[in-house]
Amino acid sequence: MCGIVGIYLKTKKYEKDLGKFLSGMLDGMATRGPDSAGFAIYTKQNKNKFKYSICLNQLTDKEFKKKISKFLKKITLKTFSDHVILETDEKPKKVLEILDTKLKEVSLVGYGKSINIFKQTGNPKDVVRKFKLSSFSGTHAIGHTRMATESAITTQGSHPYSTSEDECLVHNGSLSNHNNIRRSLKKEGQKFNSENDTEVAAGYISNQISKGENLEETLKNSLKDLDGFYTFIAGTKDGFALLRDEIACKPAVVAETKDYVAVASEFQCMAHLPNVNTAKIFEPKPGIVYHW
Amino acid sequence: MNLDLNKKKLREINQLLQNVGREKNNRSFQILNPQGQHAICAGLKDDIEVSIKGHTGYYCAGMNKNASITVHGNVGTGVAENMMSGKVIIKGNASQSAGATGHGGSLIIEGDASSRCGISMKGINIIVKGSVGHMSAFMAQKGNLIILGDADADLGDSIYEAKIFVKGKVKSLGSDCIEKKMDDKNIKELNKIFKDLNISEDAKKFKRYGSARNLYNFKIDNVSSY
Repeated sequence: MCGIVGIYLKTKKYEKDLGKFLSGMLDGMATRGPDSAGFAIYTKQNKNKFKYSICLNQLTDKEFKKKISKFLKKITLKTFSDHVILETDEKPKKVLEILDTKLKEVSLVGYGKSINIFKQTGNPKDVVRKFKLSSFSGTHAIGHTRMATESAITTQGSHPYSTSEDECLVHNGSLSNHNNIRRSLKKEGQKFNSENDTEVAAGYISNQISKGENLEETLKNSLKDLDGFYTFIAGTKDGFALLRDEIACKPAVVAETKDYVAVASEFQCMAHLPNVNTAKIFEPKPGIVYHW
Repeated sequence: MNLDLNKKKLREINQLLQNVGREKNNRSFQILNPQGQHAICAGLKDDIEVSIKGHTGYYCAGMNKNASITVHGNVGTGVAENMMSGKVIIKGNASQSAGATGHGGSLIIEGDASSRCGISMKGINIIVKGSVGHMSAFMAQKGNLIILGDADADLGDSIYEAKIFVKGKVKSLGSDCIEKKMDDKNIKELNKIFKDLNISEDAKKFKRYGSARNLYNFKIDNVSSY
């Protein structure tokens, strides 16, 4: 089943409440996905700084700080349960290499200039509390609650999947040709950390964008290349895009007011948003890319 | 009588409405703060009136028998699914599979209905004042799907003996669905439905679609395939 949610703020009015809004939405989607949850929250970017969202696994934040300080100077670390946000002006190429070769015990969840990304197994209600989602402010955010079907309940199997700078993807559905696509993307150098079908879709999107396609074109191409059922929300530093496959078995509903656009699998998880009862509410059409 | 979903549990409210009984004088109810919850007013048996003030989730008014239910908002997937009789009115838009497998009664959607409206319908009358999404009336067996707006792709795919009437444009017809002649009998029948439901429309402005009967009839020429 799985539940997906997204919220994009059109005005500054609710920036401080973004985390609180998303937290309520994920809470409401716990019924569709009780196995794990995750979210990406986009904050205003700092031009020279990169943020790396890292899951520490068995390490403590102090141990991690000690280890990473050997390779990187001038870092700031913020701890959220078993995740840390590492902020530095070092470029991704160097940091990714350090994490990949010297700090194999931790896992990189995502990185970029504005993305903060967290995911963990457990009931979404507990996961959002653990990461103190309600305390976050930002410009837009997407989230996911997972009912595991085709791969195990692990942190690696949780959404969102981020495979490139400031990009991430959540997915409700299942892909049937992900093994084939994973093989061909691996040949092109794309790296994968799980057996999950959504990670392949995220890799597919990053791969196309790295070749110069824009997000809208990439999602349109996915209609012919990705076989299966899906509603996708793909986040970027500027906003997010929404796509349902052409059969449209997987649900999605959009509520738009003058202040925000909210997307979710079911309306019930948006019922707490301000003025939602007078919002323009519609169901996105199959095979059409919507973006905000 | 007001029933507030912020104060009472859904199951409590549904049980109350499912067991009103014929002898009770209070037959009019209002549900407040539905907040998109699922299965509101499912399985109502008695001829009561229920007005839901807000948006509802999945399977609202499902399996309805005699109740008259009005939703002042949008509804989620499968509104009035498997309805037997009675009347369900949606003031806003409906999500997918509205009126699915409905056996009887009337479902009136004042806004748009999404994909697969009237899927496998079995005798219900569905009137959509806006437009319907793709694959509406898929495998529809009996009843009338009446669309005042437009119909998206693959209308009436694999249809049996249900009738489809469309006033607007049809993007494309599904497998084995064809346009049929709108004769006097059809016009009379459709005008009667409009009159019974107090809808001011002229049946002459509608086109009729139905089954070409090539898909579900056994043809002796195909015997070697089995």
